[in-house]
Amino acid sequence: MTELANPNYLAALPEMFLAAAAAVLLMIGVFVGNRSTTALTLLSALAMAAAFIMVLVAPDERATAFGGLFVTDTFSTFMKCLVLIGASVTLIMGLGYVKREGMARFEFPVLILFASVGMLMMISANDLIALYIGLELQSLSLYILAAFRRDAVRSSEAGLKYFVLGALSSGFLLYGCSMVYGFTGATNFEAIAAAVASGGEAGAAGPIGILIGLVFIAVALAFKISAVPFHMWTPDVYEGAPTPVTAFFAAAPKIAAMALLLRVFLGPFQELVEQWEQIILFVSIASMALGALAAIGQTNIKRLMAYSSIGHVGYALVGLAAGTPEGVRGVIIYLTIYMVMSLGAFSCILAMRQKGQMVEQISDLAGLSKTNPLMAFSFAVFMFSMAGIPPLAGFFGKLYVFLAAIDAGLYGLAIVGVLTSVVGAFYYIRIVKLMYFDEPAAPLDRPIGVELSVVLAGTGIVTVLFFAYPTPVLIGAQAAAASLFP
Amino acid sequence: MIIETIVFYVFAVVTVAAGVMVVVSRNPVHSVLFLILAFFSSAGLFVLMGAEFLAMVLIIVYVGAVAVLFLFVVMMLDINFSELRAGFFQYLPVGGVVGVILLAELILVFASGAADITLPKTVASPTPPADVVSNTEALGNILYTRYAYLFQAAGLVLLVAMIGAIVLTHRRRVGVRRQRIADQVARDPKDVIELKDVKPGEGASWKSD
Repeated sequence: MTELANPNYLAALPEMFLAAAAAVLLMIGVFVGNRSTTALTLLSALAMAAAFIMVLVAPDERATAFGGLFVTDTFSTFMKCLVLIGASVTLIMGLGYVKREGMARFEFPVLILFASVGMLMMISANDLIALYIGLELQSLSLYILAAFRRDAVRSSEAGLKYFVLGALSSGFLLYGCSMVYGFTGATNFEAIAAAVASGGEAGAAGPIGILIGLVFIAVALAFKISAVPFHMWTPDVYEGAPTPVTAFFAAAPKIAAMALLLRVFLGPFQELVEQWEQIILFVSIASMALGALAAIGQTNIKRLMAYSSIGHVGYALVGLAAGTPEGVRGVIIYLTIYMVMSLGAFSCILAMRQKGQMVEQISDLAGLSKTNPLMAFSFAVFMFSMAGIPPLAGFFGKLYVFLAAIDAGLYGLAIVGVLTSVVGAFYYIRIVKLMYFDEPAAPLDRPIGVELSVVLAGTGIVTVLFFAYPTPVLIGAQAAAASLFP
Repeated sequence: MIIETIVFYVFAVVTVAAGVMVVVSRNPVHSVLFLILAFFSSAGLFVLMGAEFLAMVLIIVYVGAVAVLFLFVVMMLDINFSELRAGFFQYLPVGGVVGVILLAELILVFASGAADITLPKTVASPTPPADVVSNTEALGNILYTRYAYLFQAAGLVLLVAMIGAIVLTHRRRVGVRRQRIADQVARDPKDVIELKDVKPGEGASWKSD
């Protein structure tokens, strides 16, 4: 009988709690039926809040559980908090939409809960198999959520596209994992790191085999964070999926996948930094350029947000390319601010209704400043912030990653980043111009709903006043980044 | 030893031949039958390697469930397979060229000695000697202890897959008469049976109230 060394179940308490809560809520839903959707949504958000507290009160030092399959440290604490905030806020934001658009089925909050469990497992993965299973749990829930309005053609199309391409990327990931396992003889991250540091067991051939594996893993993870050239699915899925699901895609899974990318590249493959840095450099530049240029021609606001998110991933990767603790700190700050901004922007998009119908065209926003000045103002704040205009929060996100890139001597990357953000500013500011200087189109419906107003106000205040009190985020990100560099 | 080698080659040749037949046979039902043959012979190969558990799983899961499912799909859905395969010869030259180039590249890599493939000797979970612990027991020992976390997580993935299948395909049909056992049990003969005293030669008439 093999005894499990160091089970340490307590370290995984938030995950176990969320999984159990999801199962219980699923049972309630099955027996009560779809009329329980609103209650289940609120309960799910409550469960995420409880998990959030469990993550926060857990001891801060690095601990592994389940014989090294699972790890918690300051980095995982910070990222899990972000993911849980993003997921619970999007759940609440979607309440009105889900009810109005005939999507009020009890599986919706349950699937979001399961996706969150998967994301927490990804963030805490310390083993290639744990990484894969966490990623699959999250992705599978997301495929279903994308196709949740199964009677709408575009939603089904989004789900199918996402599923087929996602399965392909999972195949790449598994292929890469098997290469790495084959050449290091380990799936555990620390053991892989040791094997890589010793040049692989097989002498000169080891690193080549490991390198091929690393490239495949990088491809799969780049797909999950929708970085160029693995971004093709993003605009279609963002446009086709129901808007609350799109908001969820933008807020939570992207952060979890990014956290996974950081942990994999800076953990087991730390020694191969010169090799993966080239990949990250290319992906980062290509994402920033495509995010800035391809968004210009868009007329659908959700497609525009998709290209914008591709660009933002590029900026966040600038910090990783630096490969220093400062760079990682920059990535974490960037992700935090990006989450707040996209939650705010999507609560505006969720409020875009004309005579009870959802509208998604950018031109529908024309003259919003006259019909709903408060919403126009906050949308303008988010757009300016995403463009990176000081003193709004988005500026600081870019500042820290570019500073880290310059410290690491990556001047070219920083210059490309600044240039593309100038180009990107064009389409963000075009929306502001449309809202403030164009003749009003048909006015959007008012009131926009309590939950959307609260989210809008909260994220707006954080975006505007971030410069006044950035210390908590800076200190948290600093500690989180430091825990990845032992 | 010599017998083992012969058996290995028999199984290996049958596996490869069946694999080829899966792709080239015109009748899809024959394809599936050859697939089952390929599974059986690979199970034989597993037994030769001393992995009897994998062999059994291959037969139970792949032959027992997956292949039979394929057979059902092939027979029940009206898919024109010859139409699907229409482009085969058209794409053959390009595909063949790509395949030859890949093969040449692989040979180059291995011939140049750049990738001297010697696999690591340490493995994550070494297989215990088969005469001490049987295969099944060894797998069970690590699956339910060391990898219990992954086992449970994989269960969650399956649960999500099940929810997904129901969410995306299940529709509540209207106008379906369901059996309500409670109602049936609660029926009382007094409410539904009426005894009439029928006089001879008159017949009975029944009028609902």
